[in-house]
Amino acid sequence: MPANNVIAEIKNLHTNFYLREGVARAVAGVNLTLEKGRTLGIVGESGCGKSVTAHSLMQLVPSPGKIEEGEILFYPPGSTTEVIEIHKLEPNSKEMRAIRGNQISMVFQEPMTSMLPVRTVGAQIMEAIILHQQVSKAEARTRAIEILSRVKLPNADRIVDTYPFQLSGGMRQRAVIAMALSCNPNLLIADEPTTALDVTTEAQILDLLRALQQDFDMGIMYITHNLGVIAEIADDVAVMYMGKVVEQTDTSSLFFKPLHPYTQALLRSIPQLDDVMARTGKNKRLETIKGMVPDPYRILPGCVFHPRCPQFMEGICDQIAPEIIEVEPDHIVRCHLYTAPAEAHTAKDARL
Amino acid sequence: MTEQMKIPVNNINEHQTQPPLLEIKSLKKYFPIQQGFFKRVVGHVKAVDDVSLYVNEGETLGLVGESGCGKTTTGRCILKAITPSSGEIWFNDPDMGRVNVNELEHEQLVQVRRNMRMIFQDPYASLNPRMTLQDIVGAPLRAMKIAKGKELEDRVAEMLRRVGLRPEYMRRYPHAFSGGQRQRIGLARALAPNPKFLVCDEPVSALDVSVQAQILNLLQELQEEMGLTYLFVAHDLSVVAHISERVAVMYVGKMVEMAPTQELFMTPKHPYTEALMSAIPRPDPTPREKRIILTGEVANPANPPSGCYFHPRCAYVEDICKTKEPVYEEISPGHYVKCHRAAELKLSGVMNLA
Repeated sequence: MPANNVIAEIKNLHTNFYLREGVARAVAGVNLTLEKGRTLGIVGESGCGKSVTAHSLMQLVPSPGKIEEGEILFYPPGSTTEVIEIHKLEPNSKEMRAIRGNQISMVFQEPMTSMLPVRTVGAQIMEAIILHQQVSKAEARTRAIEILSRVKLPNADRIVDTYPFQLSGGMRQRAVIAMALSCNPNLLIADEPTTALDVTTEAQILDLLRALQQDFDMGIMYITHNLGVIAEIADDVAVMYMGKVVEQTDTSSLFFKPLHPYTQALLRSIPQLDDVMARTGKNKRLETIKGMVPDPYRILPGCVFHPRCPQFMEGICDQIAPEIIEVEPDHIVRCHLYTAPAEAHTAKDARL
Repeated sequence: MTEQMKIPVNNINEHQTQPPLLEIKSLKKYFPIQQGFFKRVVGHVKAVDDVSLYVNEGETLGLVGESGCGKTTTGRCILKAITPSSGEIWFNDPDMGRVNVNELEHEQLVQVRRNMRMIFQDPYASLNPRMTLQDIVGAPLRAMKIAKGKELEDRVAEMLRRVGLRPEYMRRYPHAFSGGQRQRIGLARALAPNPKFLVCDEPVSALDVSVQAQILNLLQELQEEMGLTYLFVAHDLSVVAHISERVAVMYVGKMVEMAPTQELFMTPKHPYTEALMSAIPRPDPTPREKRIILTGEVANPANPPSGCYFHPRCAYVEDICKTKEPVYEEISPGHYVKCHRAAELKLSGVMNLA
């Protein structure tokens, strides 16, 4: 039994997609721990498996995909002994449906498509409340209005009867968050919830999520490709590449002392406002990562990042798959640079 | 090659200071709201409402604002891809001289579009999946009767090389390429007639960070090699700051501020710009002292508020803001702002917020 504040654990998760072109190993051995009141950020480029990891946790992996190996453990609150083994549940089983949307809920990227256009916002929120809690319709409506005002929607009693298309993008995303929070979840999975929104609206939503996390004391798994957003919201960060977590640590260590060459390269490839403001004359070029993400059907020998890595070591990186190494307490990395303690590598500050 | 046929009209020497390559004067685009069986017009969405800006030769002007503020519509109006309701779009065409794009007839418009081109946001939707790269990149050359046959093929190969793609890919279809490569194809198509000016409509927002950096670098390289001028429309402020010499900010169809990049980011003069600066998510987990979170929603361009459009969300609002619309004026050389209180307010830029 893990420490008290752990809500869910993912151990050695493998999720594959069986397609005509071959087997896509979307998630290839991911370990993550989600804690109460903390936000775990997951960053990576498209196709790195960050969304599939979240979908696996909800048992929502779509059809040609399958959880192949590993464990997903959920620890319901209020009980110190009970463990729900999500990986063993059928996606549409009664047990899974009792958890999904109730104890674990999810906010999706596209606020336009994650609500049904033909039913009112209130009806959609009430549906979840009535399904998971034994309450009357009138009571559910009161709760729906309450939760809508919790997400700071003005005139919640009016919004409850509007249709999603009558709301703006930011308001709709608030309504979707309200829907996700309607049953007081212990774990909220937010899959790029602000990617489709403007910066000012994004700032509002991030602010809201932080406040709600304190109120509900829930764990958040926040998936994004935007490192700026991660720095704003996450307590801990896992960087994913090709279905693997290549580095994981607390947010400030990741930004100030990144260890994995991929993390370092990612941080250098985004435009830094400080540099722009300090520069004189013509702007300089950004650093890029050479090549592109290999296609997911190939199994690369050795480290998954070796074809693009600037610190590639021949004979090692392309031969042996690196294991997870705990370089410092709570700072793990999957890279051969840190395997031999003799060649202790002092990580350069990626913000150079 | 065909460029040799054209001798650019060189009247630059006549001017002491070079006129801007592109100058827009009170550009307006109103979309009618129709209702009922007879499509009665009941109102207008003022997508672009009295926008004035200029872009100097060889520079990049960033155009930022929230979705629905009219930045894309402005970009499209410049090429007359959609016809503006009113306004002047003065473009220094190397072949035709200074022309008002808004008044051009179809044939001249085709001519001017050799020199002003556009690249689009979505690399998946902007390329016809049934056309090969040769057809896509060669399309403007064929349509403008610039090249055909072997010459066209050579030109396409040259363009593909320029944007970092292999000429052997010419017979392939877009589906075989990744998002970043598709954006390169779109760029090759835009650059094929050897233009002067490029409207880049969110060219990197659909791309991953590592690919985004590649495309931004490519845009900068091409700008230096080919002497291009960009209007860079985007909502990602860090990207805009990185690539632009000057930045213009729009809010609900109106231009609210325009200034050189560092000046705009460090000493903004409009409260909306200040709020934007403060909202930029930055890859730095050090807590910021002060953060402005705007309340309320973006105004509806079909039914905008009275006075200054920003007044319901503005922290510095005064009575005059509610009734009188501020003037868009130059308050210091090259710094334009539309705010009643621009001169007195001390607003924070990105650095003071850090």
